[in-house]
Amino acid sequence: MSLELYMDLLSAPCRAVYIFARKNGIPFDFQFVDLLKGHHHSREYIKINPLRKLPSLKDGKFVLSESVAILFYLCRKYSAPSHWYPPDLHTRARIDEFMAWQHTAIQLPMNKILWIKLLIPMITGEEVPAEKTEQMLEEVKKSLHLFEEKFLQDRMFITGDQISLADLVALVEMMQPMASNHNIFLNSAKLAEWRMRVELSIGSGLFWEAHERLMKLTEWDCSTLDPVVKERICEFLQKYK
Amino acid sequence: MGLELYLDLLSQPCRAVYIFAKKSGIPFELRAVELLKGQHLSDAFAQVNPLKKVPALKDGDFTLSESVAILLYLTRKYEVPDHWYPQDLQARARVDEYLAWQHTTLRRNCLRALWHKVMLPVFLGEPVSPQMLAATLAELDETLQLLEDKFLQNKAFLAGPGISLADLVAITELMHPMGAGCQVFKGRPKLAAWRQHVEAAVGEELFQEAHEVILKAKDSPPTNPTIKQKLMPGVLAMIQ
Repeated sequence: MSLELYMDLLSAPCRAVYIFARKNGIPFDFQFVDLLKGHHHSREYIKINPLRKLPSLKDGKFVLSESVAILFYLCRKYSAPSHWYPPDLHTRARIDEFMAWQHTAIQLPMNKILWIKLLIPMITGEEVPAEKTEQMLEEVKKSLHLFEEKFLQDRMFITGDQISLADLVALVEMMQPMASNHNIFLNSAKLAEWRMRVELSIGSGLFWEAHERLMKLTEWDCSTLDPVVKERICEFLQKYK
Repeated sequence: MGLELYLDLLSQPCRAVYIFAKKSGIPFELRAVELLKGQHLSDAFAQVNPLKKVPALKDGDFTLSESVAILLYLTRKYEVPDHWYPQDLQARARVDEYLAWQHTTLRRNCLRALWHKVMLPVFLGEPVSPQMLAATLAELDETLQLLEDKFLQNKAFLAGPGISLADLVAITELMHPMGAGCQVFKGRPKLAAWRQHVEAAVGEELFQEAHEVILKAKDSPPTNPTIKQKLMPGVLAMIQ
């Protein structure tokens, strides 16, 4: 039984794992768990990951969730080139620091943009009040500013001259709002240039293949959304309104 | 100048770093940063951590924030016993998994429980509606269930047979709502047993010392308007 990765490329953490595995030639079975159909709540999937989140990794009997943990696991098990997670004490610490910070500082806000600008109006038919949107965009601005000032600075990549796990995770997350036609790279030449470097380092083919489903999200016919799932989403959305 | 750790034991991640450094016999200078006085917002501290948060580490010219990163840095630099962050591939992955999961779940809910129940009304003089508090405590409850069912299960510790960084990070989180008077271990014998194991492994004296401040949180005197104004934006951002 080969390595299985349970993913939906709509999710940024899934894209990070997918790109990393493909880029490093790690053989795996892509087990598609359709977020739009609520399959992460299916009995089948709950057996695999009771947290109902994606991505999950299954290596024989060993099941692992959390993309950061999965990336470290794959890095070690398949002896990925050291630039992905350099052994130097300080460099590695900087990656750890970013990986910890990004959960709340980047991933959450980037998803919020997607929800507020696309998914909430699409699913509930209501727009989020402009005030909330403004507030959220201010938050995002602050986070991106911190990202540039503290993590990227004047370097080509977060750790220096080569791409690492930190750049991969950062970029896939910053791509999330693109699905709602919100391009956070427009406001900063520095970020835009870094984005291009990371894309080229990964390989444009692989990069855009991984982002295809995300970029087509506006075409999704949400009338097919399972009513139970829709209800759950509406409850969850109360937080954003 | 040796290793400096910028800490306020009011903060859960600071407690985890403090306990780990002390338990592992890592020599360090404690630099106190008083959160309730807004010292983390000073220009001086921004030199150490531009993210304006604690804990922060300074090792010569090298500065580092984020408790998980700091714990891993100390683990590698000071060659601590293997059980904290095991070499074994799968055992280590379990620790990584917990350390990643907790940011938006247990961490968030324990923080909100403390601030909604005690710190906002008592220290900042900002009332919190009973509905808001009830919702927060319900979310905490759900997270505690996940902690038990998915991470602890029937094991002695979260990630395996021995205490690891995961247990340290988790226990210091759970002491936060305890400081607010939420009896998180009551009616949860599995978690209560795990807590005993963790305290015993860390050492009761060290554990109590690290938690002295948080357990007095309920008695925080109300702050003054100047400090309140200074702290509010950061607090609201932190607990959202």
